[in-house]
Amino acid sequence: MINAVGRDIPEEILKRTGKEVFQGVHHFDGHVYRKHGPLTQAVINSEGSKLVDSIHDVLIKCGIKDGMTVSFHHHFREGDLVVNMVMEEIHRMGIKDITICASSLGKAHDPIVPYIEDGTITNIYSSGVRGKIGEAISNGKLKGLAVMQSHGGRVRSLVTGEKQVDIAFIGAPTCDDYGNCRGIGGKSNCGVLSYAMVDSLHANRVVAITDCLVPFPNFPAHISMTRVDYVVVVDAIGDPEKIATGAAKPTTDQRKLMMADYCTKFVVNSPYFKDGFSYQTGVGGASIASTISLAREMKERNIRMRFGVGGLTKPMCDLLINDQVDCLLDTQDFDLDAVESVKDLRHYRISAGQYADPFNKGAVVNKLDFVILAALEVDVNFNCNVVVGSDGVITGAQGGHPDTAAGAKCAIVIAPLLQGRIPAVCTEVTTVTTPGESVDVVITDYGIAINPRRQDLIEAMKDVDLPFKTIEELRNIAYSIAGEPEKVEFQDRIVGIIESRDGTIMDVVRQIKPFEFSEE
Amino acid sequence: MEIKKPAAAGTLESSDCQVTVEAGSGGIEFSLDSAVINQYGNQIRKVAFDTLKNLGVNNVRLTIVDKGALDCTIRARIEAAVYRSVGQTENLPWGGAIRS
Repeated sequence: MINAVGRDIPEEILKRTGKEVFQGVHHFDGHVYRKHGPLTQAVINSEGSKLVDSIHDVLIKCGIKDGMTVSFHHHFREGDLVVNMVMEEIHRMGIKDITICASSLGKAHDPIVPYIEDGTITNIYSSGVRGKIGEAISNGKLKGLAVMQSHGGRVRSLVTGEKQVDIAFIGAPTCDDYGNCRGIGGKSNCGVLSYAMVDSLHANRVVAITDCLVPFPNFPAHISMTRVDYVVVVDAIGDPEKIATGAAKPTTDQRKLMMADYCTKFVVNSPYFKDGFSYQTGVGGASIASTISLAREMKERNIRMRFGVGGLTKPMCDLLINDQVDCLLDTQDFDLDAVESVKDLRHYRISAGQYADPFNKGAVVNKLDFVILAALEVDVNFNCNVVVGSDGVITGAQGGHPDTAAGAKCAIVIAPLLQGRIPAVCTEVTTVTTPGESVDVVITDYGIAINPRRQDLIEAMKDVDLPFKTIEELRNIAYSIAGEPEKVEFQDRIVGIIESRDGTIMDVVRQIKPFEFSEE
Repeated sequence: MEIKKPAAAGTLESSDCQVTVEAGSGGIEFSLDSAVINQYGNQIRKVAFDTLKNLGVNNVRLTIVDKGALDCTIRARIEAAVYRSVGQTENLPWGGAIRS
C-alpha cells in the first residue's frame, strides 16, 4: 500500500506489525486514546532499602524470562556501559528472544552483536543504530524486526502501550538506596535523564543502576523513587571521556562555514526572526557554526531568543551565559559545557515526552520557530533520510529529526551537496525518515532550495541575496559532478521499519544484497 | 602499451583512489574495493576500462581502492600508474591517449 510519501509498504509487514501506513504529519491531530498503565508493585514495608547485590540478582527478582522487553536510555552516548553489562548477564543466563527497546544504540554497543546472532536478542526498538549492530541488522542477522523510532515516537509507543516494557534499566549518575536518580554528579555525569524519565513511568519494573550511591534523599530527584523497584551498584555505568567530550572546536571547514552563513542569512531574513523567537539545532559542524554566527547577528540587531531546545552544546549554552536567551529546554547534553550549564536555573530539564511526544497534549517541538537539521540524503520531494546509509546499511538515528521538523515553523536542513561522491540531494532517498511536508528549506554549498509548499517563505526571500535554486537544480548539479548513482539493490526480506512519530509506517528497510557488477 | 613493472598512483584519502597496475596474464584483470561500490561500481569499472582502452593497455592486473573519487580522478590515477609502470614521466600525450 502506497503511503503519503509514496513508499510502497508491503501488506506482509502491515499484517505482521498491525500498523497502518503513514498518511501525513497531521493525520492523528485530535486523536483520542486512553493511556496505558504499567504493572506496579506496592512497597509498604519500611525495611528501607531497594539495594540488590548484582545485575544477576535483580534480573531474577524482576522475573526475567524468554520473550521479555528490556529498555535502556542513551544519555551516556558512546560511553555507555549499561546495555552491554545487562545483556551480557541475560545472555549468560541463557534467556532468549529478548526485545531491546532503547532510546538509541551506538558503536559502544558493538559487543551485543553476538547476542543478536545467537537469538538472545530478536527484536530491536531504537532511534537508530550505528556500527556493527547496523551491519548485523542490514545483513539479516536479527531474527525479528528492527523498529526505528523518533524520540517523540518512542514516547508515544510507551504511553499508548503499543510497546510495553517489562524491565527498564536506568543508568543513574547518582542514586540513593531508595531509587532517587539524578543525571548530575558522580563519575558518569550526563546532566539530564530525559529519555529514561519516560521509561520510569511506563515500564513494569524499573531498575536503577548506578556507580555513585549517595545518602538518601538524592533530591531534587530527576527520576523519583516512587517509580523505581530496585537499585544496583556497579563499578562503572559509563566512560566519562566518551559521555560528554570537550566542546567541539568550531569548524574551520570553509564549506561548512559557508553553509552556516547561508543558514544565518536565511534565518535573519525570515519572518520568524524577531524578539522572542525559538530555536533548536543539532551537533553537526555546520549547525554549530550557524548557532555561532546567529548569536553574532542577534547581538548586532538587538534580537533576543525566548528559548532554545536541545540536544545542547556549548554554543547554545553560551547564549545563556551571554544573556541572549531567556531559557534552555534540555533533553540531552553533548559536551561538558552543556552538562555544566544544567546547574543554571534558567536551564530546564525536560522529559523526552515533553520534548517531542506527538500524542500528548502538546510538546515543546510544536512551539519551535526554527530547527536546523542535517541529513544523509534529501530527495526532490524534500523527504529526508537520516537512518540508512546510501549503501543501504542502517547507520544513523531518527533522533528528534521528524519531531522537530514537524513542529517547527521553519525546518532547515543543511547538507553538503556531495558527501564524498554521494549526492546528498537525489531523486529518491534510500529510505524516508522525515517526510518532505515537514521540511521547508535545504541549504547546500551549491545553493538553497525552498520547499514549493512554502510560497510564503519564497515570497519573503525574493529580495534576499542568497543563491536560491530549485531542489531539482541542486540534484542536477550533484549528478553532473558525481554521476547519477545507481539504486542500491536489496533482497526481499524486510529487516526493519522506519516508524513515523505517530506509529504508522514511513518506510521499510530490507536486507542488503552483496554488490555484483552488471553484465557488460 | 605493455605494463613493464608494477606501479601505483593515488592515495587513500577521501575522494581519492589508489590505483595499482601490474603485468597481466593475457587480459584485463580488474579488482575494485570502493566505499561507493553499490552506487558507482559499474560506472567506475566503465571508466577504468575506457581509460585502459585509450592507453592501449590490454594485458594488466588493475587494482583500485576507491574512497569516493570522481571519474576524472579515477582516470588520472590510472593514467599516472600506467605511465609510471613504463617509466615515462615526460612527453606525455596530453590530449591524445591522455584525454583532457
